[in-house]
Amino acid sequence: MRTRLHKWFLLLGAAAFFALPLTSRAQLTTEDIASRDNMESHVAGYTGHVQDAAYDYRRYCVGCHGDMGDANGEVAQWLLPPMWPKPRNFQLGVFKCRSTPTGTLPTDDDLFNAITRGFDRSAMPIWNQFTKYQRANLVAYVKHFSPRFVTEKPGTPISIPPEPEVTPERIKAGREVFARVQCWKCHGVQGMANGPSASTLQDDLGFPIAAFNFTDGTRPKCGDTDEDIYRIFMTGLDGTPMPSFADNIKPDEAWDLVFYLRTFMQQPSKAKEIAKTLNLKPVSANP
Amino acid sequence: MKRQRNFVALVSTIVLLCCGALLLNQKVSAAGEGKITGNVKFEGAPPHMRGIDMSKDPWCVKANADHPQHLENVVVATNGGLENVVLYIDGWSGDATVEKTVPVFDQKNCMYTPHILGLDVNQTFKVTTSDQTAHNIHPLPNPMINVGWNQSQPPGAPPIEKSWKNPEVIPVQCNIHPWMHGYFVVVKGPVAVTDDSGNYTIENVPPGTYTVKAWHEPDTTQTAKVTVSAGGSATANFSFNK
Repeated sequence: MRTRLHKWFLLLGAAAFFALPLTSRAQLTTEDIASRDNMESHVAGYTGHVQDAAYDYRRYCVGCHGDMGDANGEVAQWLLPPMWPKPRNFQLGVFKCRSTPTGTLPTDDDLFNAITRGFDRSAMPIWNQFTKYQRANLVAYVKHFSPRFVTEKPGTPISIPPEPEVTPERIKAGREVFARVQCWKCHGVQGMANGPSASTLQDDLGFPIAAFNFTDGTRPKCGDTDEDIYRIFMTGLDGTPMPSFADNIKPDEAWDLVFYLRTFMQQPSKAKEIAKTLNLKPVSANP
Repeated sequence: MKRQRNFVALVSTIVLLCCGALLLNQKVSAAGEGKITGNVKFEGAPPHMRGIDMSKDPWCVKANADHPQHLENVVVATNGGLENVVLYIDGWSGDATVEKTVPVFDQKNCMYTPHILGLDVNQTFKVTTSDQTAHNIHPLPNPMINVGWNQSQPPGAPPIEKSWKNPEVIPVQCNIHPWMHGYFVVVKGPVAVTDDSGNYTIENVPPGTYTVKAWHEPDTTQTAKVTVSAGGSATANFSFNK
């Protein structure tokens, strides 16, 4: 009995030891972070200031995101991926939900929307009970943790053409795109997140992460409007296995793909209605 | 009068010396650049490299049907040469981005070819795919040093051109095929990677005395001092045991 306990302790210790470098990939000093106290955000008609968000951040955000914005808040250790993704490490300046191309910083609007929207299937709630002014200040606060917001400019948001009318042809064309760029490798041929590569997915810090299941009624991570879905696969979700498809899907085709993805989802949509009459078969996993 | 003449002589000597120094200096950087060559050996019995189970993707299995792939952490040639060792000059203080070629990092038969790409800071490289299955190319730099990205390359995708701003060993992976793993080794100055018999040549090295650094994954390094003469070739051999 004693030896077995012993073994468990050793195992736990080893696990803790190896998990350490994952979470503490970057560690800035308090002075370094404080040197960016003059960071501003310009969003929702307000100019956000770091100092004006200090109270809200310390009261509402610090539990997960930590004093230093390094995702080492007290609660973070109990968030176990893939069920509960780890909080974002703001020091790294890498963000999932952007309107900008992969490898670039998000705009103030992107961060504002992320705070407003929250993240479905995570511990990050919707924060729309904050006033817009409070949220603008929090955007400045989030930015001041990362030196990247001083040395780099946000990327240029991708341009999204106006949404066309959903037609049966477009849904069928979207199915072709789904097959061609092989979304099913992770998301599965029926969008059920059971593709051949789904089980081994890891995020940039080495934690397991699940592909999005289109069929279970939850919302996509970065918003559930048609434009949000368009943006997700054209910009990629940085820090996760989801790549950008901007080089391989033309803007018009991208809308087709959005309509096809809609047919998987439980949320009512015109695309779903039309799909009922089309009797589409799932794409083949062995082309 | 005499003192004045002395002064003029002194000044002209200094000016001449300075000109000479400048000329010499110019000569140093413009003179025929030399190279550093050598061989990297692996000492002892090479470790067993596990075979790769590609059953996740039938296309990959088919592509490698007559040539099963193995892990590439330690690739030793029959003559004992060690492949995939990166050689560069420690503390390079010469010109920025001396490597002007555009190397290609290809995704072929669900493996990275080459396994390791040695790159100068800001040197452009191309990521291509030769496969009829989708890949995503996902380098994982430390975001405090370099900026990462993640792009998809389905069959027939156009090449991606990129470069890295700062020296760093950057692992690169494909999330669709988790066995696909390689490195971009970004250094300052000229760089070479050993070929399949452990040989290497660092080109574009101006005359001078240097410390050559040899890097083998995951993070073993060795150094050697060499002196390169104008247009000449210096030799530095290494041997690794892990």
